[in-house]
Amino acid sequence: MENLKEKIKAIAPSAVFEENTQVLTVDVDKNELRQLAENLKNDESLAFDYLQDIIGLDLGDALGTNYRLFSTKNNNQALVVKTKTEDRENPALQSVSDLWQSANLYEREVYDFLGIKFIGHPDLRRLFLRPDWKGYPLRKDYDIESNPITLKNESVEEFEGSEKLELDSNGHIKESNFQLFDDKDYVVSFGPQHPSTHGVLQLRVSLNGETVKHIDPNFGYIHRGIEKMCESYTYPKILHLCERLDYLSAAINRHGFCLCVEKALELEIPERAVYVRTIFDELTRIASHLLGWASMANDMGAITAFIYGMRDREKIMDIFEETAGGRLFTNYSVIGGLMQDIHPNFQKRVKEFIPYMRKMLKEYHTLFTNNPIAKQRMLSAGRLKIEDAISYGVTGPSGRASNWHNDIRKIEPYAAYNKVNFNEITRENGGSFDRYMVRLDEILESLSIIEQLIDNIPDGDYKAKTKPIIKLPEGEFYQRVENARGDFNIYINSKGDKTPYRVKFRSPSETLVSALEPTVKGEKIADLIMIGGSLDYVIPCIDR
Amino acid sequence: MKIKSIHIKNIPNEEFKDNEYLEQYVEELKKNGTSVAVTKLSDLLNWGHSNSVWPLTFGTSCCAIEFMCVAAARNDFARFGWEVTRNSPRQADVIFVSGTIVKKMAPVLKRLYDQMAEPKYVIAMGGCASTGGPFQSSYSVVKGVDQIIPVDVYIPGCPPRPEAVLYGMMQLARKIKLENYFAKERLEIKENVPLAEIAKENKAAKQEKAAAAK
Repeated sequence: MENLKEKIKAIAPSAVFEENTQVLTVDVDKNELRQLAENLKNDESLAFDYLQDIIGLDLGDALGTNYRLFSTKNNNQALVVKTKTEDRENPALQSVSDLWQSANLYEREVYDFLGIKFIGHPDLRRLFLRPDWKGYPLRKDYDIESNPITLKNESVEEFEGSEKLELDSNGHIKESNFQLFDDKDYVVSFGPQHPSTHGVLQLRVSLNGETVKHIDPNFGYIHRGIEKMCESYTYPKILHLCERLDYLSAAINRHGFCLCVEKALELEIPERAVYVRTIFDELTRIASHLLGWASMANDMGAITAFIYGMRDREKIMDIFEETAGGRLFTNYSVIGGLMQDIHPNFQKRVKEFIPYMRKMLKEYHTLFTNNPIAKQRMLSAGRLKIEDAISYGVTGPSGRASNWHNDIRKIEPYAAYNKVNFNEITRENGGSFDRYMVRLDEILESLSIIEQLIDNIPDGDYKAKTKPIIKLPEGEFYQRVENARGDFNIYINSKGDKTPYRVKFRSPSETLVSALEPTVKGEKIADLIMIGGSLDYVIPCIDR
Repeated sequence: MKIKSIHIKNIPNEEFKDNEYLEQYVEELKKNGTSVAVTKLSDLLNWGHSNSVWPLTFGTSCCAIEFMCVAAARNDFARFGWEVTRNSPRQADVIFVSGTIVKKMAPVLKRLYDQMAEPKYVIAMGGCASTGGPFQSSYSVVKGVDQIIPVDVYIPGCPPRPEAVLYGMMQLARKIKLENYFAKERLEIKENVPLAEIAKENKAAKQEKAAAAK
């Protein structure tokens, strides 16, 4: 740690290390950011190759960004680099989008919400909001009534062109025009209303014959402004919004937010709640992977598989309903423990489900995996290399299929994951078939985790005592959880009030969609749908 | 007109508890001078319409998953003649607005609705589609799709259970049964004007007409 601090100090003399933070946090001047970033990425001894998130903040008198970095080669060393600009009229920072591919969308997101321009970004357009949207919603002085409903269609011209900012040799900012597609490009618009986009996502694909040349994702058709809403909600209220982000990992997201608040409050959770939460997480993961499998098979034309997947998912919904009362949204974890105790039938039902699911998995393999047509097609297209996976930040089952060991349950164990034995499923090739297989194998692992926990749920309370009004101490808090799509991160910036100052969710699906570019490039357009299915993204999680 | 006489195959009439809205609907039609006398021919048409309502595959968020549950193995809405979901609005009879509609999506939804062929129906599924639901205080959410397109049935819930969705579907089937297709009153839809304003204009025009007639 000291070694790392010294190295950073040598590169950026203005660096100030914050004390009493969860993660090593360094403040740098905005002029030194670029140099520090280059060194952090390229220096072999530092090797911060995974940019997890860029968090934009309105600090009142300034606009800031936090870069959250990890080094996959260096024992997952974490680092937060902070910088800010005082200029609120024309805020500009240096771009890092050429160093980490994931920064491309993150910087566009910060520009969209806070209006910070990134010099050197190849394609700085709004990401979630319409090109004609007025104002930047995450600024504290934004008027929420300023954009009424309009039924005017978006203009494609505005949408495809943007100004590009660059520094010339004298250090002045110069503007040039950027066009996404050539006049000669053949562009196919796919979505937002299409059954195989898995939500309302628009992809514009330029083609060379039938071969994909370039993909431009367009988000925001389900941008609900959750992060802004969180700023005026109390912590228990935010839990409900967490579930509605990635609705297929609802229980896991909610659990993650509870963990983040509990960590900040230094609250001790009863063991019973920890065990039950873990079982709920794993059941959610199975339900999500089943739906992922079902919809991928459906995209490839196997409707029977879709029906089978949904049928078995209903069994999990029944278990949820009996104990928690909800199906898709269980509303079960609360800050301090659980909403209510488990149903007397809970253990019996889960124990019936485990052998049933194992039997069904065998059937899935006979029915679909070993079907020569399906297998051939999955094997033939959509390879994602490990370097791309890390650079684009593709976590979860899709990243593990490219042999990247990124399971948060192993790296930073939370809940009861350090009490159970399970394998991190990885595969070598990173093709569509590997992503497909990782998901099905993870169902088996989840079943084994549940099996180890279900008979050992300790007796005792299911909820710790909390104050009626929950106020978090001042500071910044991070919590990573492994949801069904990967690294879901919750960031809470608290000023000591009962509402947070800023909440940011890191969506694993966002990087999955951005990874379509390296995965699909050079493949046929018909395979785009299959590859999209194998990445298994959920759009409302991206749009937030 | 007595609501008791609406007959659908799947659920007996006594099972329906909330008939007020259909009674109101009939009242409203009568007041506006629309004929509600159902002829044999429109009876036949209604029988056909109400027993094969094909939904559009349209889901924006969480409710879409519950909608898939209704379509898949256990609940299986094909039993009621809602057969298959169609991917093209041209082939669909009903649009389930399952999920939040945000301001960026509003023109797209409107365009989809315009592309559907008559007779067309809208079901607002879940809290978000009905009123904005949990996202009422958001800067980008449309607070109820009835601001953009006319809604026939609202299904409450976040998300509604599959049983609730089936109940909502049956209510729509009953509404279809009640209609006199040839005398159906339609809103005149104008480009780029929110529906609430059009409805207001239509109402004002009607009142003027009535006053002139007196």
